[in-house]
Amino acid sequence: MSPEPFLGEVDAAPVHHHILSVLVENKAGVLARIAGLFARRGFNIYSLAVAPSEGHARFSRVTIVVDAQSAPLEQIVGQLDKLVNVVEITDLAPQDALERELLLASVPIDETRRADVLGVTARTGASIVDVSPVSVTVMLAGTPEACDALERELEAFGDVALQRTGRVALPRLGQMASA
Amino acid sequence: MQLTGAQALIKSLEREGVDTVFGLPGGAILPVYDPVLDSSIRHILVRHEQGAGHMAEGYALATGKPGVAMVTSGPGATNIVTPIGNAYMDSTPLVVITGQVATASIGTDAFQECDITGITMGITKHNFLITSAQEIPRVVASAFYLATTGRPGPVLVDLPKDIAQTQMEWWYPESIEELDLPGYRPEVDFDTHALARAVELISASERPVLYVGGGALKSNATRELLAFAERTQIPVVTTLMARGAFPDSHDQHLGMPGMHGMYSAVTALQKSDLLISLGTRFDDRVTGKVSSFAPHAKIIHVDIDRAEFNKVRRADVTLQSNVAVALRAMDDALAIPQNLDVWWKEIRSWQERYPLVYDEPAPEGLLRPQAVIEAIARSAAPGTIVSSGVGQHQMWASQFWQFDEPRTWINSGGAGTMGFGVPAAIGAKVGRPDRTVWCIDGDGCFQMTAQELVTARSEGIPIKVAILNNAYLGMVRQWQEMFYEERYSEVYLSADLPDYVKWAEAMGCVGLRARTPAEMHDVIARANEINDVPVVIDFRTDTSEKVFPMVAAGASNDDIMVHPLLRGGQA
Repeated sequence: MSPEPFLGEVDAAPVHHHILSVLVENKAGVLARIAGLFARRGFNIYSLAVAPSEGHARFSRVTIVVDAQSAPLEQIVGQLDKLVNVVEITDLAPQDALERELLLASVPIDETRRADVLGVTARTGASIVDVSPVSVTVMLAGTPEACDALERELEAFGDVALQRTGRVALPRLGQMASA
Repeated sequence: MQLTGAQALIKSLEREGVDTVFGLPGGAILPVYDPVLDSSIRHILVRHEQGAGHMAEGYALATGKPGVAMVTSGPGATNIVTPIGNAYMDSTPLVVITGQVATASIGTDAFQECDITGITMGITKHNFLITSAQEIPRVVASAFYLATTGRPGPVLVDLPKDIAQTQMEWWYPESIEELDLPGYRPEVDFDTHALARAVELISASERPVLYVGGGALKSNATRELLAFAERTQIPVVTTLMARGAFPDSHDQHLGMPGMHGMYSAVTALQKSDLLISLGTRFDDRVTGKVSSFAPHAKIIHVDIDRAEFNKVRRADVTLQSNVAVALRAMDDALAIPQNLDVWWKEIRSWQERYPLVYDEPAPEGLLRPQAVIEAIARSAAPGTIVSSGVGQHQMWASQFWQFDEPRTWINSGGAGTMGFGVPAAIGAKVGRPDRTVWCIDGDGCFQMTAQELVTARSEGIPIKVAILNNAYLGMVRQWQEMFYEERYSEVYLSADLPDYVKWAEAMGCVGLRARTPAEMHDVIARANEINDVPVVIDFRTDTSEKVFPMVAAGASNDDIMVHPLLRGGQA
């Protein structure tokens, strides 16, 4: 177990990642409680996304991609469940989960590279959401792997400003999720 | 009925059955101290906020009820962080009220502002920042519910000054549903399949041990433990946090396991084929090197907190349950191991060969600390409560005092907080005024929190403090002697500075001193006759005395070092 939470760069999602879909009370400091727990227990967070949940102002859903190599999943879930503001934890193994994330990237262009960017955009299923004479902003909502692939392709264009949301997930229909 | 937030807070404490609050006022908590004057609750004015926290812990450990402390914002709040951390490590139910600067000032670096909910996030079971006076009853009721149910622990309630001064319409939650804790479920479904597997493992075992931790005391499982142990004849070990859960005088009790545990207790765990682990968390002080801990044992792990399962040692059966409930269920299922005659014969041979021993005092020498503890124990009334600080004296107290009742051993286990002993003894005495309370302390520990004897004297709390004064930070000295080639770095304290007798007298206590065995018996007899004021005894003990047995940090329990007097026969 590493003493520090792993928040650095990685090339791809760790192989032993798990997705925890966590329903929490929408109260001040809840995210700090979760982040603090992961930090002090040495659990690694790969990505984290938060949004109000299911039409309730009362609850939020936190989707945490955890590195199940940094600590046994049972430990992570057990400790997380002890947080009083955590209402429900659904553990999604990657094969049982439908995962999506959103990528935005502003790519510098000139006359010669404009077509290349459009080509990459078309090939990867991304779309153009903003254009200026010197750059173009593309967006992809897709699987983490598709976002990884687009990110790699865009590297060729030099100084790219790129943001990803971290993934959200739901169980695949017909799959049993374990609590 | 209209009340101020402050009045509502005190009234809420009364509704929770609180009879004592340990605290010290200051700016942000000022409004709350006004209704204290009109309350039935006894407030004990401490001299330092750390004292309030440890007193509340001592009260909780001695009574089983939650301890309550109240302090102001900023430094008042940070001063009580150590007791909160201590209570968290030892799962002690505690409710700590802190004043906070007015809501409008939060986040502005106002005078005596600090983010105490942020600071204590990792060392509380939960904490609250109250945002409306109307919510005070719900928050206080929730704090007590959280602190005392499931795995107990400390809960902090931070109350901004303006909210204490705001009017609210009095109400109080009548049911758990009104607490609004959708994520908290302390009750768990009893897993009958796990029980069946546990019974199977017990039935197959030939060398079982009941490895009993603090959870047995928290769940008041003493009777169930005795019944189960006697019916099954399984040997029992009690960890530092569980001393008193099973009578030391009982023939089946092997004593404390761990770093300074009894040879027979440590070795029984090592040689066992089944550990029935009850409310215990495989702490590193018990397991030593984890990979060689009880290598042949299957594990049944009973705990109310499922996050303890497979954290340190993989269990063969996990049973999430209150210890008392699990023991009753195992007893009802008539779980019984194989014939244990061979196992007991082996254990008896270890007990015979490696008892607890210490050197006889040299004719001219200083007192043996172990002899002091034995002398106090022999003259103590049954049911006497013992607290301690942390270090050598703590281990000797645990080893040489006979604990036959639950809640008679008050100590800082997980956190190892020096200075715990004196304030914890005061809290225990407040909770159990009918009992004699001794604090077995070290000279280093005593100096950390001794000022609370002023509190004890002024509040009429007659505890007795035995300082085992060896002029050193003894446990650190022991490690430097054994593992740092006798290079003693910053451990010498002096036996004469401070003068403990004068210090005790200055605090309104009786101060006594003993250097010889004759003086020792004399001062103990005198201390036992004094029941109106605190007594402090400066016992001059031998510096070179070390705690044995010992398993070195990180070493295997198989490499336990026994007392030098016993080493002749050891391979």
